[in-house]
Amino acid sequence: MHIVVCIKQVPDSAQIRVHPVTNTIMRQGVPTIINPYDLFALEEALRLRDKFGGEVTVLTMGPPTAVESLRKALTFGADRAVLLTDRYFAGSDTLATSFALSMALKKIGAEFGDPAIIFTGKQTIDGDTAQVGPGIAKRLDRNQLTYVSKIVETDLVNRTITVERRAEGGVQVLQSRFPVLITMLEATNEMRRGSVENALKAARAEVVTWNAEAVGIEDLTQCGLRGSPTIVKKVFAPGGRTDEVQLVDNEGNPEARANALIDAIFARSPDVEKDLFDQAAHHF
Amino acid sequence: MAEDKKPATPQGGGRANTRKELPEHFKAYKHVWVAVEIEHGQIHSVSFELLGEGRKLADKRGVELAAVVMGDDRARLEEAAKECFEFGADCVYLACDPALVHYRNETATNVLTDLVNTYKPEILLLGATNLGRDLAGSVATTLKTGLTADSTELEIDEEGSLAATRPTFGGSLLCTIFTLNFRPQMATVRPRVMPMPERDPGRTGRIVEFDPQIVEDDIVTKVLDFIADRDSDKANLPYADIVVAGGLGLGSEENFQLVKRLAEVMGAEYGGSRPLVQKGWITADRQIGQTGKTIRPKLYIAAGISGAIQHRVGVEGADMIVAINTDPKAPIFEFAHLGIVADAVTLLPALTQAFSARLRINRLAS
Repeated sequence: MHIVVCIKQVPDSAQIRVHPVTNTIMRQGVPTIINPYDLFALEEALRLRDKFGGEVTVLTMGPPTAVESLRKALTFGADRAVLLTDRYFAGSDTLATSFALSMALKKIGAEFGDPAIIFTGKQTIDGDTAQVGPGIAKRLDRNQLTYVSKIVETDLVNRTITVERRAEGGVQVLQSRFPVLITMLEATNEMRRGSVENALKAARAEVVTWNAEAVGIEDLTQCGLRGSPTIVKKVFAPGGRTDEVQLVDNEGNPEARANALIDAIFARSPDVEKDLFDQAAHHF
Repeated sequence: MAEDKKPATPQGGGRANTRKELPEHFKAYKHVWVAVEIEHGQIHSVSFELLGEGRKLADKRGVELAAVVMGDDRARLEEAAKECFEFGADCVYLACDPALVHYRNETATNVLTDLVNTYKPEILLLGATNLGRDLAGSVATTLKTGLTADSTELEIDEEGSLAATRPTFGGSLLCTIFTLNFRPQMATVRPRVMPMPERDPGRTGRIVEFDPQIVEDDIVTKVLDFIADRDSDKANLPYADIVVAGGLGLGSEENFQLVKRLAEVMGAEYGGSRPLVQKGWITADRQIGQTGKTIRPKLYIAAGISGAIQHRVGVEGADMIVAINTDPKAPIFEFAHLGIVADAVTLLPALTQAFSARLRINRLAS
């Protein structure tokens, strides 16, 4: 079984700083990581390969430096890495991103075998949209299974897959047919440690690198800023809270301090006080 | 929605200023729509919130507000339509078909895109729930239009376009996004971001029937089962009014029980920071923060949580954040409203006791 996992290299959000004057992200010197949500997808793909055999290809679109994330994925055990990079992709929104990735996925299918499953993470930590997975599925006309918490059964003979999907108020058990696109829910598995052997392989591995032309994109108006229907007009830092934290008097025994804290909470929000008493009246 | 887009200049502008005229075939697109979420007969609260917000946008544009409802139970759908009218809709598009008994991406995408192509709304809003995000991405890609995810503010600008503001880079920045040259302009909004509108009992509107003509055999994905959350002890953190959470500062799994006890007395949900999941003190569905749940309670009490950015972005929507931490320099005091420099392990039992005493006294007095 051939499986492709789409990953994204993102800035480590713990390190992000906003420029105080220009209100832009200061990317310089910010370390990058594989989008944490993508690791759940990668681990799930590796488990399926280990169980059923086959290959896992990781794909990313980004600047040439995104190759670092691909090598990292190889150390976890992926078999092949593909980097899609071109200055024409700069400024892509999710519609343009899903277009470029879908073209690369078609090429991967033609060169290395049509993937039964394409995995993505639930969303990225920088864009947070959760739109690229469904976008790719639609463009490739695949059945999409989003927010998957568990792969229940994979039937390679009948080419069906049964999954549990996190829905509102419960879990849907869905059965679909290959080829599918799955977006994996977080905290569904634990990423394995990379092995020394894989790390050595990863360092030597040749990363397949394609640009727009290589994946057969002729219409460049579908790429990058030009191919993006959304336009970012304004970027600004959240209206920083001007009020400082109100510290509750630190004197006295725990009981006195607890009561001082409750007084402060109720003083700030009579609404919460009312809710609590209403609820208590109902419950006891 | 922009995944990685920056404006050409820090103040914005760039390509957005070189706006072209809206293409002729999009000029017929009018009215504001809300795709209503119905699961197991219940309308999701986010749909009412969107109707409230959609009403304001429609009034500013001088157009109608319409709701789309789909399902398999006609009586229930007509009841839902009535609710939509009372919450501000002028018109309801009603799609009833046995194949729409459960939400499925394929069927819902087909129905919604067909409706859009037939009746041409200029704005289409959906809830940023798992269902709404699953559907919105497919519909926007099919229609090749722009979609802004998880908007926190929706406005109509002076030229009549939808301005959708959303957090990006894990909440460290906000950006305002437009879909100028494509229709509909699509956006999703998370539950509890917009206020619940007032209900206007008896308010009515017109129903437009839509026959989706779905052939079940053509639909690849089947729903085998639905395991409702009430069958198990699932956390309902995103909708809780009061949340009490603990962090590594509590020191041990045993001490984490103090968080649970306070939550119980207050009728609150409990949760924790990410390291607690890794330590196995709490299950993943109770993790609060960037890779966990985003909460918007009226009151959030954080005990022994230092307040790293990943935690901060998950709780900043709380009306009131109360921090209990021994370290006065902990980052949590930078964004908490109320703070107390104290050891949570001694303060939590005192708080539990004090809350419980007050609630009891109040009950006796009334």
